[in-house]
Amino acid sequence: MADVLREVTDADLDAIEIGAAILGTGGGGNPYIGKLRCREQLKLGRKIPVIPLAELPDDALVVSLGGIGAPVVGVEKIEEGEECLRALRALEQELDVKVDALISAEIGGANSMEPMLTAAQAGLPVVDGDGMGRAFPEMQMCTWSIYGHREAPGAMADEKGNIVVIRATPDDVWLERIARHVVVAMGAAAGLATQPMRGDFVKRAAVPGTITQARDLGRAVLDAQARNADPVQTVIDQERGRLLMTAKIVDLERHLKGGFAVGHLSLDGFGDFTGDTGRIDLQNEFLIFRRNGGVEVCTPDLIVVLDSDTGLPITTEMLRYGQRIAVLGLPAHPLMRAPQALAVVGPAAFGYPDITFTPLEDA
Amino acid sequence: MFRIGVDVGGTNTDAVVMQGDAILSGVKSPTTEDVMGGVVDAVERALSDAAITADAVTAVMIGTTHFTNAVVERRHLARTAALRLCLPAAQCLPPMVDWPDDIKGAVGGQFWMAKGGNEFDGRAISSLDMAELDGIAAEIGAAGITSVAITSVFSPVSDEMERTAMARLAERLPGVDFTLSSEIGRLGILERENAAIMNASLRALSERTVDAFGRALHKVGLTCPYYITQNDGTLMSREFVQSYPVLTFASGPTNSMRGAAFLSGKSDAIVVDVGGTTTDVGALVKGFPRPASTTVDVGGVRTNFRMPDVFAIGLGGGTIVQGDGETLKVGPQSVGYRLTTEALVFGGATLTASDVAVGLGLADFGDKGAIAGLNPAHLTAVKARIDEMLTNAVERMRVSPDPIPVLAVGGGSILVPDHVGGLPVIRPDHFSVANAVGAAIGQISGEVDRIFSLESKSREDALSEARQEATDKAIAAGAKPDSIELLDQEDVPLAYLPGNATRIRLKVVGEMNG
Repeated sequence: MADVLREVTDADLDAIEIGAAILGTGGGGNPYIGKLRCREQLKLGRKIPVIPLAELPDDALVVSLGGIGAPVVGVEKIEEGEECLRALRALEQELDVKVDALISAEIGGANSMEPMLTAAQAGLPVVDGDGMGRAFPEMQMCTWSIYGHREAPGAMADEKGNIVVIRATPDDVWLERIARHVVVAMGAAAGLATQPMRGDFVKRAAVPGTITQARDLGRAVLDAQARNADPVQTVIDQERGRLLMTAKIVDLERHLKGGFAVGHLSLDGFGDFTGDTGRIDLQNEFLIFRRNGGVEVCTPDLIVVLDSDTGLPITTEMLRYGQRIAVLGLPAHPLMRAPQALAVVGPAAFGYPDITFTPLEDA
Repeated sequence: MFRIGVDVGGTNTDAVVMQGDAILSGVKSPTTEDVMGGVVDAVERALSDAAITADAVTAVMIGTTHFTNAVVERRHLARTAALRLCLPAAQCLPPMVDWPDDIKGAVGGQFWMAKGGNEFDGRAISSLDMAELDGIAAEIGAAGITSVAITSVFSPVSDEMERTAMARLAERLPGVDFTLSSEIGRLGILERENAAIMNASLRALSERTVDAFGRALHKVGLTCPYYITQNDGTLMSREFVQSYPVLTFASGPTNSMRGAAFLSGKSDAIVVDVGGTTTDVGALVKGFPRPASTTVDVGGVRTNFRMPDVFAIGLGGGTIVQGDGETLKVGPQSVGYRLTTEALVFGGATLTASDVAVGLGLADFGDKGAIAGLNPAHLTAVKARIDEMLTNAVERMRVSPDPIPVLAVGGGSILVPDHVGGLPVIRPDHFSVANAVGAAIGQISGEVDRIFSLESKSREDALSEARQEATDKAIAAGAKPDSIELLDQEDVPLAYLPGNATRIRLKVVGEMNG
């Protein structure tokens, strides 16, 4: 798979859908709807050009954009269609600039698709990389913010015609806080575009090649299914991950809190894990995996839930009582494991001050 | 106390007579185009084999793949109007956007998007516009469409807009059937809308089919109540299935797996149901079919029903065998119901899997002379290929190293060897009519779907209260108290209501008394 991704085609979308959902660790929204929307754009004759991260000019203006809201809302209240485009135009108007390329803040979930969709609508390329290498619920949790970029001003647009520009904030936590209130008022779904970044910064701060990674991961699963090979093992091999448990969901609690899906699932192990119990805490994404009461894997490493047979990812809104799942741990990118990143995306940042991050491979 | 179980499949209609746990008779009869003929014939023969009269029967349970087949084959589907209440949201992906063209064509592909829908917290996205709805009603009327599916954004949280729109349209469209998405599905608008549209397109067929069942049973002299089985193995009344035919989807595999469990006495097993054209492989876990955890396509349309996890392969008694050596090809084409005229042993000219079974002495029917000239090595090679196909399918459904048995059922199960993938194969008595047995043991359910306040009680207390309420309902409807088990539970917190409200949907099932 050494081919350099220059354009996302219809066939790539199916693979990216699966790969992005795996990297979404349960959150980030279901990319299925985004895939259909991208496909509608391609049917109109529009293109989704891709620039490899390394080829980005130093002085290019790159905008990170995507949907903001609750994943469970994303599968029910589908967007009008041009929310992100309106947010992008509002930002360009605010700053009186023309943007050169778009990038995803998070490759995990639906926001893998949003920049591609807007790229097709705006006639701009999308950069092969993202700001998380996975999904996280808040904006200050992306590498742009962690490595020094200030996200304000940010522009938000909903389906009803509301456009809100947040001109200045003291830090990105404030931007996130205000944007979160705005999005709840907007009905828990909106497009958001933030302060453009220079190409040289993006090359330093982005998790590289993640569109290609999502596509290759999705291809591997589809290929394993076609060959009757074990798709769960394929994902583990491809990402140097570990099988944590095969289990049945015996309880599921999930509620919306301030625009987030918050809750936990309880697991009874089967197969090699018979006799084990497990628990996964979630805040849009799966954050903490415990075995028999003890923490084993935690954020920012990826906790992935797959259908135990098909290897297809199960997102938090698709969870059901009685499902049989495989829980995997995958290592986060080094940019996400550095001390300044752990301060923002480690367990303490999610309300678990007593849990210390231990890399998956040392646990 | 006698019960009759009937399975109306695409090829055969099967009937069994049961008394308690005993199976008194089991017969197969070809399915007829009008459905009625096959049911009459099968039930009459089953009664006569059991030597009982129609007036001794207390209930008839019917399982049918008729509605699934209609969708898969794109036949008998009524033109349907899809109305989505959503604007300005959701317009980038119109109704049926991800449907295959042929089925979209079969239901007419006509849709309207209008103002309406709710936010996650119960607020309106926009108010219903009665003038807009009147205009849509006029267009639906002018198009001569008689079935409408209405889907509103967040209707599982608030169904008021769907109901109001239905009332408005019904005033202007007398005699038109309505399907509301909130009555069928859960959150996930595309999947719920898909199910509502399919349901609407099946309403007319459902009226005719259920009516045909009634007439067939009447003709045989059966005056007892009759039920139709649902995809989760529970029973629906005739009135209910007329309104919600889509809930029968996947009841075929459910019945065959539950029938296999009953016939073999095994609660954990892999079930291999070999029919005329396909083999369905599923897994039984504690007596219930293991549910699929991801979305399930029906005829290429995405749904989020709770369906048994079934892996289907193109292998059955009528499977066509072509070529040999390197070019050997087994299926997926099949002669289907024409087996009795096209297979070699029945005087036809096509080599089928059934001919191979007879040639190897695994089965004994038809004219063995007709296959005497076949090369035994070729037959063995074909059989090896069949075994390999079955082994792969069983391995795929197996989720533990435990040596659970493989239950072989269905008319074509002679093709299953004595061991598959190292697992022992059990062929229970009456294996060929397992589906009808599964229907006959259809379960009584009790369901609760209402809003609980968590102000003064915990979520766990509310869940157990709901469970008790559902259990009481199931017992009142005729379920054995000690057989009742939890089938499904879901709670959706309704953040916008005061008092920490949560909507609990919970279903328990139990065996029918008697």
